[in-house]
Amino acid sequence: MYLAKIYVSHKKSILDPQGEAIKSALHRLNYNDVNSITQGKYFITKLDSQSKSDADQTVRSICKDLLVNQNMETYQYELKEV
Amino acid sequence: MRFAVISFPGSNCDRDLYYAIVDSLGEQADLISYTSTDLSKYDTILIPGGFSYGDYLRSGAIAKFAPAMKSVKAFAASGRPVIGICNGFQILTEAGLLPGTLQHNTNISFISEWEPLEVVNNKTPFTNQYQVNQKIKLPIAHGDGNYYCDDDTLKSLKQNHQIVFKYRNNPNGSVDDIAGIVNRKGNVLGMMPHPERATEKILGGQDGLTLFQSILNSIKVRSLS
Repeated sequence: MYLAKIYVSHKKSILDPQGEAIKSALHRLNYNDVNSITQGKYFITKLDSQSKSDADQTVRSICKDLLVNQNMETYQYELKEV
Repeated sequence: MRFAVISFPGSNCDRDLYYAIVDSLGEQADLISYTSTDLSKYDTILIPGGFSYGDYLRSGAIAKFAPAMKSVKAFAASGRPVIGICNGFQILTEAGLLPGTLQHNTNISFISEWEPLEVVNNKTPFTNQYQVNQKIKLPIAHGDGNYYCDDDTLKSLKQNHQIVFKYRNNPNGSVDDIAGIVNRKGNVLGMMPHPERATEKILGGQDGLTLFQSILNSIKVRSLS
């Protein structure tokens, strides 16, 4: 079995309204050293794939089909055998 | 003329749309399930607002896989009119029937207001009864209405006259004040404002009724030609 941890976040070029709101809340709490913050999504999935390369392909495919809106989001992932 | 209104789990403007067609416009409509796949007896498909699948993951992201959506794609490919309003617009972008994405409003608030708009393109099946540059007023009610597309997409939207409605006082951060667009072929419309909530004076305005009358007009003209 394989374990994938997938991180989805706003593309850097696109304003992240939630991240901006969190940043200004933190500044109101006097965390003035917070320069930027981005809110994203984190998915953990277990895969019954036959090989690591199959699992890798599935992860890329589910990101493209559903988990990520590639117009405005970007993603990275970690994959390991468990 | 028969309209289909597709109800998804979590849709909440489906009955408003049904009312607008049957009671205000005086035409026939059916509320149909997201599991329906036979759209053959309809002239126009309406995808209502609401929170399909609870807006889980992203607004419209799960609804794009509903069984009815395959048929909606085929219906759109045949050139017949499809409209997505609010969550319906979000579903159409997620399904790839319209370019761009609707993301969180820049002020992250849910906005429910009457908004002044401008009709930018009146040469569509949805706007032919408006004047070009006509100032109208429609309600908006959304948290994710901030239209985003990249520069190349915006350029092609402009070149092909796909921008149909613009906000006059951009409430949500949308690129180029965009409130509604059509696909390249011009038969699929997505818009955040709610025309179905503006079909009678007692509701606060009738500018939405003109949109439905435009569809009626375009279908009649098409069937005569």
